Amino acid sequence: MPIQQTCTVASMTQLDGVTWWMTLEAGKLVSDHGLSGGQFLHIKCGDGQLLRRPISVAITGWDEPEDLVTLIFEVRGEGTKWLSQRKPGDTLDVLGPLGNRFDVSQPGRYLLVGGGIGVPPLIEYGERLQWPRTAVLGFRTGSKAFPCITSRFQDHCEQTFLCTDDGSLGRHGFVDAQVRDLLEKEKSFTAILACGPKPMLKSVAKVASEFSVPCQVSMEERMGCGIGACLVCAVPMKDGTMKHACKDGPVFDAEEVDWDA
Amino acid sequence: MHEERSFEPETIVGHAGNGCSSEQLFPAPESPDTSHVDLSVDLAGVPLKNPVVVASGTFGFGREYGQFYDLSELGAICCKGLTLHPRQGNPAPRIAETPMGILNSVGLQNPGVDGFIAHELPLLQRSDVKVIANISGDTPEEYGVMCERLSAAGVDMIEVNISCPNVKAGGMAYGTRPELAAEVTKMAKSHATVPVMVKLSPNVTDITEIARAVADAGADALSLINTLRGMRIDVSSRRPILKMNVGGLSGPAVLPIAVRMVWEVACAVKLPILGMGGVSTGEDAAQLMLAGASAVAVGTALFADPYAPLKVRDGLAAIAVQQDLSAVNMLTGGIRPW
Repeated sequence: MPIQQTCTVASMTQLDGVTWWMTLEAGKLVSDHGLSGGQFLHIKCGDGQLLRRPISVAITGWDEPEDLVTLIFEVRGEGTKWLSQRKPGDTLDVLGPLGNRFDVSQPGRYLLVGGGIGVPPLIEYGERLQWPRTAVLGFRTGSKAFPCITSRFQDHCEQTFLCTDDGSLGRHGFVDAQVRDLLEKEKSFTAILACGPKPMLKSVAKVASEFSVPCQVSMEERMGCGIGACLVCAVPMKDGTMKHACKDGPVFDAEEVDWDA
Repeated sequence: MHEERSFEPETIVGHAGNGCSSEQLFPAPESPDTSHVDLSVDLAGVPLKNPVVVASGTFGFGREYGQFYDLSELGAICCKGLTLHPRQGNPAPRIAETPMGILNSVGLQNPGVDGFIAHELPLLQRSDVKVIANISGDTPEEYGVMCERLSAAGVDMIEVNISCPNVKAGGMAYGTRPELAAEVTKMAKSHATVPVMVKLSPNVTDITEIARAVADAGADALSLINTLRGMRIDVSSRRPILKMNVGGLSGPAVLPIAVRMVWEVACAVKLPILGMGGVSTGEDAAQLMLAGASAVAVGTALFADPYAPLKVRDGLAAIAVQQDLSAVNMLTGGIRPW
Protein backbone atom coordinates (compact mmCIF):
# COMPACT_ATOMS: atom_id res chain seq x y z
CA MET A 1 0.00 0.00 0.00
CA PRO A 2 1.43 3.40 -0.92
CA ILE A 3 2.06 6.07 1.66
CA GLN A 4 3.05 9.72 1.58
CA GLN A 5 6.62 9.95 2.83
CA THR A 6 8.89 12.91 3.42
CA CYS A 7 12.32 11.95 2.11
CA THR A 8 15.58 13.78 2.71
CA VAL A 9 18.11 14.13 -0.07
CA ALA A 10 21.25 12.34 1.12
CA SER A 11 23.41 12.95 -1.94
CA MET A 12 23.29 14.37 -5.45
CA THR A 13 25.80 13.36 -8.12
CA GLN A 14 25.70 14.66 -11.66
CA LEU A 15 26.62 11.92 -14.15
CA ASP A 16 26.49 14.16 -17.22
CA GLY A 17 24.72 17.31 -18.42
CA VAL A 18 21.25 15.87 -17.95
CA THR A 19 21.64 12.76 -15.79
CA TRP A 20 21.57 12.71 -12.01
CA TRP A 21 22.19 10.11 -9.33
CA MET A 22 20.12 11.05 -6.29
CA THR A 23 20.10 9.16 -3.03
CA LEU A 24 17.24 9.65 -0.60
CA GLU A 25 16.74 8.85 3.05
CA ALA A 26 13.33 7.29 2.62
CA GLY A 27 11.95 6.42 6.03
CA LYS A 28 10.94 2.76 6.07
CA LEU A 29 9.75 2.67 2.45
CA VAL A 30 12.05 -0.29 1.77
CA SER A 31 12.09 -2.23 5.04
CA ASP A 32 8.45 -1.80 6.05
CA HIS A 33 6.70 -1.01 2.78
CA GLY A 34 8.62 -3.29 0.45
CA LEU A 35 9.86 -0.74 -2.09
CA SER A 36 12.22 -2.32 -4.60
CA GLY A 37 14.08 -1.48 -7.80
CA GLY A 38 11.90 -1.06 -10.87
CA GLN A 39 8.97 0.36 -8.91
CA PHE A 40 8.53 4.11 -8.88
CA LEU A 41 8.12 7.03 -6.54
CA HIS A 42 5.70 9.83 -7.42
CA ILE A 43 7.54 12.98 -6.43
CA LYS A 44 6.19 16.48 -5.92
CA CYS A 45 8.57 18.77 -7.81
CA GLY A 46 8.04 22.16 -6.20
CA ASP A 47 4.98 24.34 -5.95
CA GLY A 48 5.16 25.42 -9.59
CA GLN A 49 4.37 21.94 -10.91
CA LEU A 50 0.89 20.64 -10.20
CA LEU A 51 1.69 17.12 -11.26
CA ARG A 52 4.06 14.84 -9.45
CA ARG A 53 6.77 13.15 -11.50
CA PRO A 54 7.05 9.35 -11.54
CA ILE A 55 10.71 8.44 -11.09
CA SER A 56 11.89 4.83 -11.29
CA VAL A 57 13.75 3.39 -8.37
CA ALA A 58 17.24 2.13 -9.21
CA ILE A 59 18.66 0.81 -5.95
CA THR A 60 17.14 0.25 -2.51
CA GLY A 61 18.80 -0.54 0.78
CA TRP A 62 17.73 -1.18 4.34
CA ASP A 63 19.57 1.26 6.48
CA GLU A 64 19.53 2.92 9.88
CA PRO A 65 17.97 5.20 10.85
CA GLU A 66 16.33 5.41 7.41
CA ASP A 67 16.30 3.26 4.30
CA LEU A 68 18.30 4.55 1.35
CA VAL A 69 16.83 4.78 -2.14
CA THR A 70 18.73 5.70 -5.29
CA LEU A 71 17.01 7.38 -8.21
CA ILE A 72 18.82 7.86 -11.50
CA PHE A 73 16.97 10.30 -13.71
CA GLU A 74 17.34 12.58 -16.69
CA VAL A 75 16.24 16.20 -16.82
CA ARG A 76 13.41 16.12 -19.36
CA GLY A 77 11.35 19.17 -18.38
CA GLU A 78 10.56 21.62 -15.60
CA GLY A 79 9.77 18.99 -12.97
CA THR A 80 12.94 16.95 -13.37
CA LYS A 81 14.93 20.20 -13.67
CA TRP A 82 13.60 21.23 -10.25
CA LEU A 83 14.47 17.78 -8.93
CA SER A 84 18.02 18.07 -10.26
CA GLN A 85 18.50 21.31 -8.32
CA ARG A 86 17.90 19.70 -4.92
CA LYS A 87 20.76 19.73 -2.46
CA PRO A 88 21.63 17.27 0.30
CA GLY A 89 19.41 18.00 3.29
CA ASP A 90 16.47 19.17 1.16
CA THR A 91 13.24 17.26 1.65
CA LEU A 92 10.90 15.77 -0.93
CA ASP A 93 7.20 14.90 -0.75
CA VAL A 94 6.99 11.38 -2.14
CA LEU A 95 4.25 8.83 -2.74
CA GLY A 96 5.34 5.21 -2.81
CA PRO A 97 5.89 2.35 -3.22
CA LEU A 98 4.03 2.50 -6.54
CA GLY A 99 3.82 0.14 -9.48
CA ASN A 100 4.47 -3.57 -9.82
CA ARG A 101 7.74 -5.45 -10.34
CA PHE A 102 9.15 -7.84 -12.89
CA ASP A 103 8.03 -11.38 -12.12
CA VAL A 104 11.16 -13.39 -11.38
CA SER A 105 9.50 -16.14 -9.35
CA GLN A 106 10.32 -18.82 -11.95
CA PRO A 107 13.71 -20.47 -11.48
CA GLY A 108 15.89 -20.32 -14.58
CA ARG A 109 18.02 -17.90 -16.59
CA TYR A 110 16.97 -14.33 -17.23
CA LEU A 111 17.87 -11.88 -19.95
CA LEU A 112 17.86 -8.24 -18.86
CA VAL A 113 17.51 -5.70 -21.66
CA GLY A 114 17.83 -2.01 -20.87
CA GLY A 115 17.95 1.07 -23.04
CA GLY A 116 19.22 4.50 -21.99
CA ILE A 117 17.56 5.77 -18.84
CA GLY A 118 15.68 2.44 -18.82
CA VAL A 119 18.87 0.73 -17.62
CA PRO A 120 18.86 1.94 -13.97
CA PRO A 121 15.53 0.27 -13.05
CA LEU A 122 17.19 -3.07 -13.94
CA ILE A 123 20.20 -2.59 -11.63
CA GLU A 124 18.71 -4.56 -8.73
CA TYR A 125 17.73 -7.38 -11.05
CA GLY A 126 21.31 -7.40 -12.40
CA GLU A 127 22.84 -7.38 -8.93
CA ARG A 128 20.48 -9.36 -6.74
CA LEU A 129 18.45 -11.78 -8.82
CA GLN A 130 18.80 -15.25 -7.35
CA TRP A 131 18.98 -16.80 -10.83
CA PRO A 132 21.77 -16.54 -13.41
CA ARG A 133 21.26 -13.67 -15.85
CA THR A 134 22.70 -11.95 -18.87
CA ALA A 135 22.42 -8.23 -19.55
CA VAL A 136 22.13 -6.34 -22.82
CA LEU A 137 22.45 -2.60 -22.27
CA GLY A 138 21.96 -0.09 -25.05
CA PHE A 139 22.86 3.57 -25.17
CA ARG A 140 22.71 6.34 -27.74
CA THR A 141 26.45 6.84 -27.45
CA GLY A 142 29.35 5.59 -25.33
CA SER A 143 29.41 8.60 -23.03
CA LYS A 144 25.90 7.71 -21.81
CA ALA A 145 27.08 4.28 -20.62
CA PHE A 146 28.14 5.41 -17.16
CA PRO A 147 30.61 2.90 -15.67
CA CYS A 148 29.06 3.41 -12.21
CA ILE A 149 25.95 1.76 -13.68
CA THR A 150 27.28 -0.69 -16.27
CA SER A 151 29.88 -2.11 -13.87
CA ARG A 152 27.09 -3.21 -11.55
CA PHE A 153 25.83 -5.49 -14.31
CA GLN A 154 29.32 -6.58 -15.37
CA ASP A 155 30.13 -7.55 -11.78
CA HIS A 156 27.06 -9.72 -11.26
CA CYS A 157 25.74 -10.99 -14.60
CA GLU A 158 27.13 -13.99 -16.46
CA GLN A 159 27.65 -11.79 -19.48
CA THR A 160 27.02 -8.10 -20.12
CA PHE A 161 26.75 -6.79 -23.67
CA LEU A 162 26.94 -3.08 -24.37
CA CYS A 163 25.47 -1.60 -27.55
CA THR A 164 25.51 1.97 -28.82
CA ASP A 165 23.47 3.54 -31.58
CA ASP A 166 26.57 5.27 -32.98
CA GLY A 167 29.04 2.44 -32.42
CA SER A 168 31.21 4.48 -30.07
CA LEU A 169 31.17 1.72 -27.46
CA GLY A 170 30.48 -2.00 -27.69
CA ARG A 171 28.34 -3.30 -30.48
CA HIS A 172 27.17 -0.86 -33.14
CA GLY A 173 23.38 -0.99 -33.27
CA PHE A 174 20.23 -1.47 -31.26
CA VAL A 175 19.74 -3.94 -28.42
CA ASP A 176 17.23 -6.08 -30.32
CA ALA A 177 19.97 -7.21 -32.74
CA GLN A 178 22.08 -8.36 -29.80
CA VAL A 179 19.06 -10.05 -28.23
CA ARG A 180 18.39 -11.86 -31.53
CA ASP A 181 21.99 -13.16 -31.67
CA LEU A 182 21.74 -14.40 -28.10
CA LEU A 183 18.40 -16.14 -28.62
CA GLU A 184 19.62 -17.77 -31.84
CA LYS A 185 22.43 -19.39 -29.85
CA GLU A 186 20.54 -20.02 -26.64
CA LYS A 187 16.75 -20.13 -26.47
CA SER A 188 16.53 -21.39 -22.92
CA PHE A 189 16.00 -18.06 -21.23
CA THR A 190 13.15 -18.19 -18.73
CA ALA A 191 12.17 -14.62 -19.50
CA ILE A 192 13.35 -11.35 -20.91
CA LEU A 193 12.99 -8.34 -18.62
CA ALA A 194 13.09 -5.14 -20.66
CA CYS A 195 13.02 -1.46 -19.75
CA GLY A 196 13.56 1.45 -22.10
CA PRO A 197 11.90 3.62 -24.72
CA LYS A 198 8.76 2.22 -26.34
CA PRO A 199 10.27 1.60 -29.81
CA MET A 200 13.01 -0.46 -28.15
CA LEU A 201 10.50 -2.43 -26.09
CA LYS A 202 8.45 -3.09 -29.19
CA SER A 203 11.42 -4.47 -31.13
CA VAL A 204 12.62 -6.57 -28.20
CA ALA A 205 9.08 -7.92 -27.74
CA LYS A 206 9.02 -8.86 -31.42
CA VAL A 207 12.28 -10.83 -31.20
CA ALA A 208 11.12 -12.51 -27.98
CA SER A 209 7.89 -13.53 -29.64
CA GLU A 210 9.74 -14.97 -32.66
CA PHE A 211 11.79 -17.18 -30.34
CA SER A 212 8.87 -17.90 -28.02
CA VAL A 213 10.66 -16.50 -25.01
CA PRO A 214 8.36 -14.85 -22.44
CA CYS A 215 9.03 -11.12 -22.27
CA GLN A 216 8.09 -8.57 -19.62
CA VAL A 217 8.32 -4.87 -20.48
CA SER A 218 8.39 -1.83 -18.20
CA MET A 219 6.40 0.94 -19.89
CA GLU A 220 6.43 4.71 -19.50
CA GLU A 221 3.40 6.95 -19.89
CA ARG A 222 2.44 10.46 -18.81
CA MET A 223 0.82 10.12 -15.39
CA GLY A 224 -1.65 12.02 -13.25
CA CYS A 225 -2.45 10.65 -9.81
CA GLY A 226 0.07 7.80 -9.94
CA ILE A 227 -2.17 5.44 -7.96
CA GLY A 228 -4.81 4.30 -10.46
CA ALA A 229 -7.65 6.74 -9.85
CA CYS A 230 -7.46 9.20 -12.74
CA LEU A 231 -6.97 6.70 -15.60
CA VAL A 232 -4.59 8.99 -17.43
CA CYS A 233 -1.59 6.70 -18.08
CA ALA A 234 -3.43 4.35 -20.41
CA VAL A 235 -1.61 1.45 -22.06
CA PRO A 236 -3.77 -0.30 -24.69
CA MET A 237 -3.89 -4.08 -24.59
CA LYS A 238 -4.32 -6.43 -27.55
CA ASP A 239 -7.73 -7.54 -26.27
CA GLY A 240 -9.03 -3.98 -26.66
CA THR A 241 -8.95 -3.09 -22.97
CA MET A 242 -6.92 -0.34 -21.37
CA LYS A 243 -4.52 -0.94 -18.54
CA HIS A 244 -2.70 1.74 -16.61
CA ALA A 245 1.04 2.14 -16.21
CA CYS A 246 0.80 3.32 -12.61
CA LYS A 247 -1.41 0.60 -11.16
CA ASP A 248 -1.37 -2.41 -13.52
CA GLY A 249 2.24 -1.69 -14.54
CA PRO A 250 4.72 -0.33 -15.19
CA VAL A 251 5.62 -3.96 -16.01
CA PHE A 252 3.38 -5.74 -18.53
CA ASP A 253 3.53 -9.05 -20.34
CA ALA A 254 4.77 -8.04 -23.81
CA GLU A 255 2.27 -10.45 -25.39
CA GLU A 256 -0.64 -8.51 -23.86
CA VAL A 257 0.42 -5.08 -25.08
CA ASP A 258 -1.04 -3.70 -28.29
CA TRP A 259 2.20 -2.52 -29.89
CA ASP A 260 0.46 -1.05 -32.92
CA ALA A 261 -1.96 1.20 -31.01
CA MET B 1 3.22 31.10 22.23
CA HIS B 2 3.25 34.77 23.12
CA GLU B 3 5.95 34.41 25.70
CA GLU B 4 8.16 32.38 23.44
CA ARG B 5 7.82 34.90 20.66
CA SER B 6 8.62 37.81 22.92
CA PHE B 7 12.12 36.40 23.36
CA GLU B 8 12.85 36.58 19.65
CA PRO B 9 13.91 40.21 19.23
CA GLU B 10 14.65 39.85 15.50
CA THR B 11 11.15 38.63 14.81
CA ILE B 12 9.63 41.51 16.67
CA VAL B 13 11.83 44.12 15.01
CA GLY B 14 11.20 42.60 11.61
CA HIS B 15 7.45 42.58 11.97
CA ALA B 16 7.29 45.95 13.67
CA GLY B 17 9.44 47.41 10.93
CA ASN B 18 6.87 46.26 8.42
CA GLY B 19 4.16 48.11 10.26
CA CYS B 20 2.32 44.96 11.19
CA SER B 21 -0.34 44.96 13.82
CA SER B 22 0.08 43.10 17.08
CA GLU B 23 -2.24 40.42 15.76
CA GLN B 24 0.25 39.55 13.06
CA LEU B 25 3.07 39.85 15.53
CA PHE B 26 1.43 37.20 17.67
CA PRO B 27 -0.42 35.13 15.12
CA ALA B 28 -3.09 32.71 16.17
CA PRO B 29 -1.98 29.10 16.36
CA GLU B 30 -2.00 27.49 12.93
CA SER B 31 -4.68 24.97 13.80
CA PRO B 32 -7.44 26.71 15.71
CA ASP B 33 -9.94 24.59 17.61
CA THR B 34 -12.66 23.99 15.05
CA SER B 35 -14.48 21.24 16.91
CA HIS B 36 -17.48 23.47 17.64
CA VAL B 37 -17.99 24.43 13.97
CA ASP B 38 -20.91 22.68 12.29
CA LEU B 39 -19.49 21.43 9.00
CA SER B 40 -22.64 19.77 7.73
CA VAL B 41 -24.37 21.08 4.63
CA ASP B 42 -27.44 20.15 2.66
CA LEU B 43 -27.19 19.56 -1.08
CA ALA B 44 -30.64 19.29 -2.64
CA GLY B 45 -31.93 17.38 0.35
CA VAL B 46 -28.89 15.12 0.66
CA PRO B 47 -27.19 15.77 4.00
CA LEU B 48 -23.39 15.91 3.72
CA LYS B 49 -21.31 15.70 6.89
CA ASN B 50 -19.02 18.35 5.43
CA PRO B 51 -19.10 20.44 2.24
CA VAL B 52 -16.08 18.80 0.59
CA VAL B 53 -16.85 16.47 -2.28
CA VAL B 54 -14.31 14.87 -4.60
CA ALA B 55 -14.83 15.66 -8.26
CA SER B 56 -15.84 13.09 -10.83
CA GLY B 57 -12.96 11.64 -12.79
CA THR B 58 -10.28 12.47 -10.26
CA PHE B 59 -11.10 9.91 -7.59
CA GLY B 60 -12.08 6.76 -9.51
CA PHE B 61 -14.52 4.84 -7.33
CA GLY B 62 -12.63 5.56 -4.15
CA ARG B 63 -10.47 2.45 -3.92
CA GLU B 64 -7.14 4.17 -4.53
CA TYR B 65 -7.44 7.21 -2.28
CA GLY B 66 -9.10 4.95 0.27
CA GLN B 67 -5.60 3.58 0.85
CA PHE B 68 -4.59 6.97 2.26
CA TYR B 69 -7.59 7.84 4.43
CA ASP B 70 -11.04 6.67 5.38
CA LEU B 71 -13.56 7.71 2.75
CA SER B 72 -15.99 8.67 5.50
CA GLU B 73 -13.86 11.78 6.04
CA LEU B 74 -15.38 13.20 2.84
CA GLY B 75 -18.73 14.89 2.35
CA ALA B 76 -19.45 12.89 -0.79
CA ILE B 77 -17.76 11.11 -3.66
CA CYS B 78 -18.64 11.97 -7.24
CA CYS B 79 -17.74 8.75 -8.99
CA LYS B 80 -15.86 8.46 -12.25
CA GLY B 81 -18.21 9.27 -15.14
CA LEU B 82 -20.35 6.33 -16.20
CA THR B 83 -21.87 5.48 -19.54
CA LEU B 84 -24.50 2.87 -20.36
CA HIS B 85 -21.88 0.57 -21.86
CA PRO B 86 -18.22 0.21 -20.89
CA ARG B 87 -15.81 2.57 -22.65
CA GLN B 88 -12.07 2.28 -23.15
CA GLY B 89 -11.52 6.02 -23.48
CA ASN B 90 -9.05 7.93 -25.61
CA PRO B 91 -5.49 7.03 -26.67
CA ALA B 92 -2.57 8.34 -24.59
CA PRO B 93 -1.09 10.83 -23.88
CA ARG B 94 -4.19 11.83 -21.97
CA ILE B 95 -2.63 14.50 -19.77
CA ALA B 96 -0.51 17.62 -20.17
CA GLU B 97 0.66 20.12 -17.60
CA THR B 98 0.00 23.83 -18.17
CA PRO B 99 0.71 26.95 -16.10
CA MET B 100 -1.12 26.20 -12.80
CA GLY B 101 -3.31 23.70 -14.58
CA ILE B 102 -3.59 20.41 -16.38
CA LEU B 103 -5.27 19.34 -19.59
CA ASN B 104 -6.87 15.91 -19.73
CA SER B 105 -8.51 13.85 -22.42
CA VAL B 106 -9.32 10.59 -20.67
CA GLY B 107 -12.54 10.23 -22.65
CA LEU B 108 -14.87 8.66 -20.10
CA GLN B 109 -13.08 5.35 -19.70
CA ASN B 110 -15.38 3.40 -17.37
CA PRO B 111 -16.78 -0.07 -16.68
CA GLY B 112 -20.33 0.89 -17.67
CA VAL B 113 -23.23 1.50 -15.33
CA ASP B 114 -23.89 -2.20 -14.69
CA GLY B 115 -20.21 -2.91 -14.00
CA PHE B 116 -20.21 -0.04 -11.52
CA ILE B 117 -23.32 -1.30 -9.75
CA ALA B 118 -21.99 -4.85 -9.56
CA HIS B 119 -18.34 -4.27 -8.69
CA GLU B 120 -17.78 -0.77 -7.32
CA LEU B 121 -20.92 0.49 -5.61
CA PRO B 122 -21.09 -2.22 -2.90
CA LEU B 123 -17.62 -1.26 -1.63
CA LEU B 124 -18.52 2.42 -1.62
CA GLN B 125 -21.74 1.75 0.23
CA ARG B 126 -19.78 0.06 2.99
CA SER B 127 -18.21 3.45 3.75
CA ASP B 128 -20.12 6.14 5.59
CA VAL B 129 -20.00 8.58 2.68
CA LYS B 130 -22.60 9.85 0.23
CA VAL B 131 -22.26 8.42 -3.27
CA ILE B 132 -22.97 10.62 -6.28
CA ALA B 133 -22.99 8.74 -9.58
CA ASN B 134 -21.92 10.78 -12.60
CA ILE B 135 -23.47 9.80 -15.94
CA SER B 136 -23.00 10.65 -19.62
CA GLY B 137 -25.23 9.44 -22.43
CA ASP B 138 -25.25 9.45 -26.19
CA THR B 139 -29.02 9.98 -26.21
CA PRO B 140 -31.56 11.36 -23.71
CA GLU B 141 -32.95 7.81 -23.43
CA GLU B 142 -29.58 6.51 -22.23
CA TYR B 143 -29.61 9.08 -19.42
CA GLY B 144 -33.05 7.81 -18.46
CA VAL B 145 -32.00 4.16 -18.35
CA MET B 146 -28.94 4.93 -16.26
CA CYS B 147 -30.94 7.07 -13.81
CA GLU B 148 -33.38 4.23 -13.31
CA ARG B 149 -30.70 1.60 -12.67
CA LEU B 150 -28.60 3.82 -10.40
CA SER B 151 -31.60 4.96 -8.35
CA ALA B 152 -32.62 1.35 -7.86
CA ALA B 153 -29.05 0.46 -6.86
CA GLY B 154 -29.19 3.03 -4.08
CA VAL B 155 -26.83 5.87 -4.99
CA ASP B 156 -27.53 9.03 -3.01
CA MET B 157 -27.59 11.40 -5.95
CA ILE B 158 -27.01 11.48 -9.68
CA GLU B 159 -24.81 14.04 -11.38
CA VAL B 160 -25.84 14.38 -15.01
CA ASN B 161 -22.84 15.22 -17.12
CA ILE B 162 -23.93 17.25 -20.13
CA SER B 163 -20.54 18.82 -20.51
CA CYS B 164 -17.73 16.35 -21.08
CA PRO B 165 -15.35 18.04 -23.53
CA ASN B 166 -13.61 14.77 -24.37
CA VAL B 167 -16.24 12.73 -26.18
CA LYS B 168 -17.68 13.35 -29.60
CA ALA B 169 -21.21 12.03 -29.26
CA GLY B 170 -23.58 13.69 -26.82
CA GLY B 171 -21.26 15.01 -24.17
CA MET B 172 -20.76 18.68 -24.55
CA ALA B 173 -23.40 19.18 -27.24
CA TYR B 174 -26.06 18.69 -24.56
CA GLY B 175 -24.35 21.22 -22.36
CA THR B 176 -24.09 24.02 -24.88
CA ARG B 177 -27.68 24.09 -26.19
CA PRO B 178 -30.39 25.03 -23.69
CA GLU B 179 -33.17 22.99 -25.31
CA LEU B 180 -31.02 19.83 -25.37
CA ALA B 181 -29.86 20.41 -21.80
CA ALA B 182 -33.51 20.71 -20.75
CA GLU B 183 -34.48 17.56 -22.63
CA VAL B 184 -31.77 15.50 -20.93
CA THR B 185 -32.68 16.96 -17.54
CA LYS B 186 -36.36 16.06 -17.97
CA MET B 187 -35.47 12.54 -19.02
CA ALA B 188 -33.16 12.12 -16.01
CA LYS B 189 -35.72 13.54 -13.61
CA SER B 190 -38.52 11.33 -14.89
CA HIS B 191 -36.43 8.17 -14.35
CA ALA B 192 -34.53 9.02 -11.15
CA THR B 193 -35.89 8.57 -7.66
CA VAL B 194 -32.91 10.35 -6.08
CA PRO B 195 -31.95 14.03 -6.49
CA VAL B 196 -30.59 14.96 -9.91
CA MET B 197 -27.74 17.44 -10.19
CA VAL B 198 -26.79 18.70 -13.65
CA LYS B 199 -23.14 19.49 -14.35
CA LEU B 200 -22.70 22.57 -16.49
CA SER B 201 -20.06 23.33 -19.07
CA PRO B 202 -18.10 26.58 -18.91
CA ASN B 203 -17.58 26.35 -22.67
CA VAL B 204 -20.59 28.53 -23.43
CA THR B 205 -21.22 32.22 -24.05
CA ASP B 206 -23.71 32.58 -21.20
CA ILE B 207 -23.80 29.86 -18.56
CA THR B 208 -26.92 31.32 -16.93
CA GLU B 209 -28.92 30.56 -20.07
CA ILE B 210 -28.18 26.83 -19.69
CA ALA B 211 -28.64 27.03 -15.92
CA ARG B 212 -32.14 28.49 -16.33
CA ALA B 213 -33.10 25.90 -18.93
CA VAL B 214 -31.96 23.08 -16.66
CA ALA B 215 -33.63 24.59 -13.60
CA ASP B 216 -36.91 25.02 -15.49
CA ALA B 217 -36.67 21.38 -16.59
CA GLY B 218 -36.71 20.30 -12.95
CA ALA B 219 -33.09 19.77 -11.89
CA ASP B 220 -32.60 19.52 -8.12
CA ALA B 221 -29.09 20.99 -8.11
CA LEU B 222 -26.35 22.25 -10.39
CA SER B 223 -22.65 21.48 -10.38
CA LEU B 224 -20.11 23.70 -12.08
CA ILE B 225 -17.73 24.11 -13.67
CA ASN B 226 -16.63 21.23 -15.84
CA THR B 227 -13.24 21.69 -17.55
CA LEU B 228 -12.50 24.37 -20.13
CA ARG B 229 -11.38 23.28 -23.56
CA GLY B 230 -7.69 23.90 -23.99
CA MET B 231 -4.62 22.87 -25.93
CA ARG B 232 -0.87 22.64 -25.52
CA ILE B 233 1.62 22.19 -28.34
CA ASP B 234 5.17 20.81 -28.14
CA VAL B 235 7.03 23.44 -30.10
CA SER B 236 9.92 21.21 -31.17
CA SER B 237 7.74 18.41 -32.58
CA ARG B 238 4.87 20.78 -33.46
CA ARG B 239 2.56 18.13 -32.05
CA PRO B 240 -0.14 18.74 -29.46
CA ILE B 241 0.85 16.98 -26.21
CA LEU B 242 -2.57 15.30 -26.03
CA LYS B 243 -3.23 12.57 -28.58
CA MET B 244 -6.76 13.99 -28.97
CA ASN B 245 -5.18 17.39 -29.71
CA VAL B 246 -7.47 19.24 -27.29
CA GLY B 247 -8.61 18.46 -23.78
CA GLY B 248 -10.19 19.88 -20.65
CA LEU B 249 -8.32 22.41 -18.50
CA SER B 250 -8.56 22.17 -14.72
CA GLY B 251 -6.50 23.22 -11.72
CA PRO B 252 -5.87 26.55 -9.96
CA ALA B 253 -5.75 28.35 -13.33
CA VAL B 254 -9.54 27.97 -13.68
CA LEU B 255 -10.56 28.95 -10.12
CA PRO B 256 -11.43 32.60 -10.95
CA ILE B 257 -13.62 31.44 -13.83
CA ALA B 258 -15.37 28.96 -11.55
CA VAL B 259 -15.97 31.63 -8.90
CA ARG B 260 -17.38 34.01 -11.49
CA MET B 261 -19.65 31.40 -13.03
CA VAL B 262 -20.92 30.11 -9.68
CA TRP B 263 -21.77 33.70 -8.76
CA GLU B 264 -23.55 34.32 -12.06
CA VAL B 265 -25.52 31.09 -11.81
CA ALA B 266 -26.37 31.66 -8.14
CA CYS B 267 -27.79 35.05 -9.10
CA ALA B 268 -29.78 33.55 -11.97
CA VAL B 269 -31.39 30.46 -10.41
CA LYS B 270 -32.46 29.34 -6.96
CA LEU B 271 -30.99 25.81 -7.09
CA PRO B 272 -28.30 24.58 -4.72
CA ILE B 273 -24.86 24.57 -6.34
CA LEU B 274 -21.90 22.22 -6.03
CA GLY B 275 -19.04 24.54 -6.94
CA MET B 276 -15.79 23.27 -8.39
CA GLY B 277 -12.84 24.33 -10.48
CA GLY B 278 -9.28 24.70 -9.17
CA VAL B 279 -10.01 24.32 -5.47
CA SER B 280 -6.92 23.41 -3.48
CA THR B 281 -7.29 25.33 -0.22
CA GLY B 282 -9.98 26.21 2.27
CA GLU B 283 -9.86 29.79 1.03
CA ASP B 284 -10.53 28.64 -2.55
CA ALA B 285 -13.52 26.68 -1.31
CA ALA B 286 -14.74 29.63 0.75
CA GLN B 287 -14.68 31.81 -2.37
CA LEU B 288 -16.96 29.38 -4.19
CA MET B 289 -19.28 29.17 -1.19
CA LEU B 290 -19.44 32.93 -0.79
CA ALA B 291 -20.25 33.13 -4.50
CA GLY B 292 -23.21 30.85 -3.85
CA ALA B 293 -22.10 27.22 -3.66
CA SER B 294 -23.61 24.97 -0.99
CA ALA B 295 -20.73 22.51 -1.29
CA VAL B 296 -17.46 22.34 -3.18
CA ALA B 297 -15.63 19.65 -5.08
CA VAL B 298 -11.88 19.10 -5.05
CA GLY B 299 -10.36 17.40 -8.09
CA THR B 300 -7.04 18.21 -9.70
CA ALA B 301 -5.53 19.18 -6.33
CA LEU B 302 -5.64 15.47 -5.42
CA PHE B 303 -2.91 14.70 -7.92
CA ALA B 304 -0.48 16.98 -6.12
CA ASP B 305 -1.66 15.96 -2.66
CA PRO B 306 -3.90 12.96 -1.95
CA TYR B 307 -4.92 14.63 1.30
CA ALA B 308 -6.05 17.87 -0.40
CA PRO B 309 -9.80 17.33 0.25
CA LEU B 310 -9.21 16.92 3.98
CA LYS B 311 -7.01 20.03 4.05
CA VAL B 312 -9.71 21.98 2.21
CA ARG B 313 -12.26 20.78 4.77
CA ASP B 314 -10.04 21.79 7.69
CA GLY B 315 -9.22 25.09 6.00
CA LEU B 316 -12.92 25.88 5.65
CA ALA B 317 -13.47 25.10 9.31
CA ALA B 318 -10.60 27.40 10.25
CA ILE B 319 -12.11 30.21 8.18
CA ALA B 320 -15.42 29.69 9.95
CA VAL B 321 -13.64 30.07 13.28
CA GLN B 322 -11.82 33.21 12.13
CA GLN B 323 -15.11 34.72 11.02
CA ASP B 324 -16.98 33.65 14.15
CA LEU B 325 -19.37 31.44 12.21
CA SER B 326 -20.98 28.55 14.03
CA ALA B 327 -21.56 26.67 10.77
CA VAL B 328 -19.75 26.61 7.43
CA ASN B 329 -23.03 26.73 5.54
CA MET B 330 -23.27 30.35 6.69
CA LEU B 331 -20.65 31.14 4.03
CA THR B 332 -22.98 30.17 1.18
CA GLY B 333 -24.06 33.22 -0.78
CA GLY B 334 -22.37 35.53 1.70
CA ILE B 335 -20.57 37.53 -0.97
CA ARG B 336 -20.76 41.33 -0.58
CA PRO B 337 -20.54 42.43 -4.19
CA TRP B 338 -19.68 46.03 -5.04
